[in-house]
Amino acid sequence: MSQTAAMQAAQMQVSGEVAIQIRNMNKWYGAFHVLRDIDMTVHRGERIVICGPSGSGKSTLIRCINRLEEHQEGQIVVDGTELTSDLKNIDKVRSEVGMVFQHFNLFPHLTILENCTLAPIWVRKVPKREAEEVAMHFLEKVKIPEQALKYPGQLSGGQQQRVAIARSLCMKPRIMLFDEPTSALDPEMIKEVLDTMIELAEEGMTMLCVTHEMGFAQAVANRVIFMDQGQIVEENAPKEFFNNPQSERTRLFLSQILGH
Amino acid sequence: MDQSPFVRKEMLAPKAAPVSETGAVGWIRQNLFSGPLNILLTVISVAVIFWVVTHTAPWFLNGVWKASSLVECREILNGATGACWAVITERWHQLTFGFYPPELYWRPILAFVLMLVALAPVLYPSVPRGMFWFSLLYPLIGFWLLWGGTLWLPVVVLLGPLVGYVVYRMLRSYSSALGMILGAVAILAFWMWLAGPLSKDLQRIFPLAIREVPSRDFGGFMLSIIIGVTGIALSLPLGIVLALGRKSDMFLIRILSIGFIEFVRGVPLIALLFTASLLLNYFLPPGTNFDIILRVIIMVTLFAAAYMAEVVRGGLAALPRGQYEAADALGLDYWRAQRLVIMPQALKISIPGIVNTFIGLFKDTTLVVFIGLLDPIGLSNSIRANAAWNGIYWELFIFIGLCFFIICFGMSRYSLWLERKLKTDHR
Repeated sequence: MSQTAAMQAAQMQVSGEVAIQIRNMNKWYGAFHVLRDIDMTVHRGERIVICGPSGSGKSTLIRCINRLEEHQEGQIVVDGTELTSDLKNIDKVRSEVGMVFQHFNLFPHLTILENCTLAPIWVRKVPKREAEEVAMHFLEKVKIPEQALKYPGQLSGGQQQRVAIARSLCMKPRIMLFDEPTSALDPEMIKEVLDTMIELAEEGMTMLCVTHEMGFAQAVANRVIFMDQGQIVEENAPKEFFNNPQSERTRLFLSQILGH
Repeated sequence: MDQSPFVRKEMLAPKAAPVSETGAVGWIRQNLFSGPLNILLTVISVAVIFWVVTHTAPWFLNGVWKASSLVECREILNGATGACWAVITERWHQLTFGFYPPELYWRPILAFVLMLVALAPVLYPSVPRGMFWFSLLYPLIGFWLLWGGTLWLPVVVLLGPLVGYVVYRMLRSYSSALGMILGAVAILAFWMWLAGPLSKDLQRIFPLAIREVPSRDFGGFMLSIIIGVTGIALSLPLGIVLALGRKSDMFLIRILSIGFIEFVRGVPLIALLFTASLLLNYFLPPGTNFDIILRVIIMVTLFAAAYMAEVVRGGLAALPRGQYEAADALGLDYWRAQRLVIMPQALKISIPGIVNTFIGLFKDTTLVVFIGLLDPIGLSNSIRANAAWNGIYWELFIFIGLCFFIICFGMSRYSLWLERKLKTDHR
């Protein structure tokens, strides 16, 4: 198969260490079968873009990885910790996995700096001063250190999303999940957020990103996963995925999002 | 027509607005005389205000401040209209302290001043945080000052949390939830069965006591403030716990919370107070002397907590799901997420409702008159029972009403200040 060659080429730069292992995972909302027989292995350093029509279960999939959603069947192992109903394991995984949401979900009652230091101080037990230094480091990285003492409500959408990324990074996560990070942004703000994400990818962060930004996928992903009706329909290196999609469903999807 | 292009040579400086738009004239025009209906309403309102003031002002202003009985008041007034404020000047100490021994008035006064000190760090974040220790100790200090008796009782009560903590530490490695529950049980058990005898023994060995004042001597605004402030301080945390219980995933806890809230909200406070004064005596083991004020405080607290739970639940419901998810995703556990992320926002949203409940609770303390406690209203009855003041109503009620109004209005202004201060969302 031609796709395996491309995938292997992309994986040359990632380590063989497994970061996330999902086996035969199924999830239902009540009687509705949202995720069906998901099998997926993510190696350390991989950047994976997940796309698909709305309702295809892509957000639900990455929300299962830090147990914001519970799966009913199968196995999810994150960094060697299996996700079960054991709360200790869940908190351990959550503190290792950063998540960025579509609607930023910053804490509006705390300043930008406090947003960034809250979890390090209370979960990692980092001394306040040290947590603030780390926070300022990451705020500089996302290029908004001068906003540190403002409240989220005073920032633009793009700035808020960059703060949300910095807030996750302050926990020194080994894996980052992005759930449509640019979908709620005005067009002129999408770029500043994508630039931050690209920078992060270049540093070798393991990333899973649900997005419709196909330019981003082509620039940084080593694999693109296409989902429909709760299942993985196609999985390929970005070049192959966009230029030579194998499944009819993928071709239709791509023609719809790229065709205008 | 000739259309020549227009180019401005000089920018215009701002001019003052016409008089009709600004200043007092502008305000009056906009607010009082903006249209025929408004003009009509203004004229009628002014007429009503004028009528009320001219008819009541003489009564207020022509009052008699110094007299020893209603009869003497009337003699001084000699047929003219006027209030008999003398009843306030003569009996204010009773309205304030009830039948508390006059030579011990310094104790409630000191307790009141210390209460303000203890409240300061709770109400104003700029007060040094170390003061919180005093706020935590204050209930015991206040209790000891007001009721008197042996100092060993509050000291022994203070040991309760220590006992609870030891139990928690022993069980923590096994299960922290179990440790917390059994720790709380240990504290209650210690207070119920050990604290009394232990403090008596200590008192025998090292006597250290001030004069005891029985609950039946308590009365007036002192009683209202004791019940009101204790009820307010206890009902908020209890209400928060009930609101969380009502939203809990655990079936039993949810059912118990809903049952409690719906039952207590569905029963009149006066029925609960009668239960406190009569029925509890039947249920409690014979010989236990369960103080009437304590029983009333418990009932008032439970009553307000049920309302509080619903107010807080409204605040919780107003928070977007994303806030819970972001807190979860950062690895904060349930209690930390509640304390650091959810509650600060939910309580801020609920401030108007919370203060509303506080004000309601404080005014409801006057209902204790029906179970024989002498709150200010009850005292106004007993003042009238004296032949000297038989038949005096308005002056007492106006004074009592004014005092309640000042306190409740204060709470209302404080809540507005707090809302403005906590407003960080810049919407």
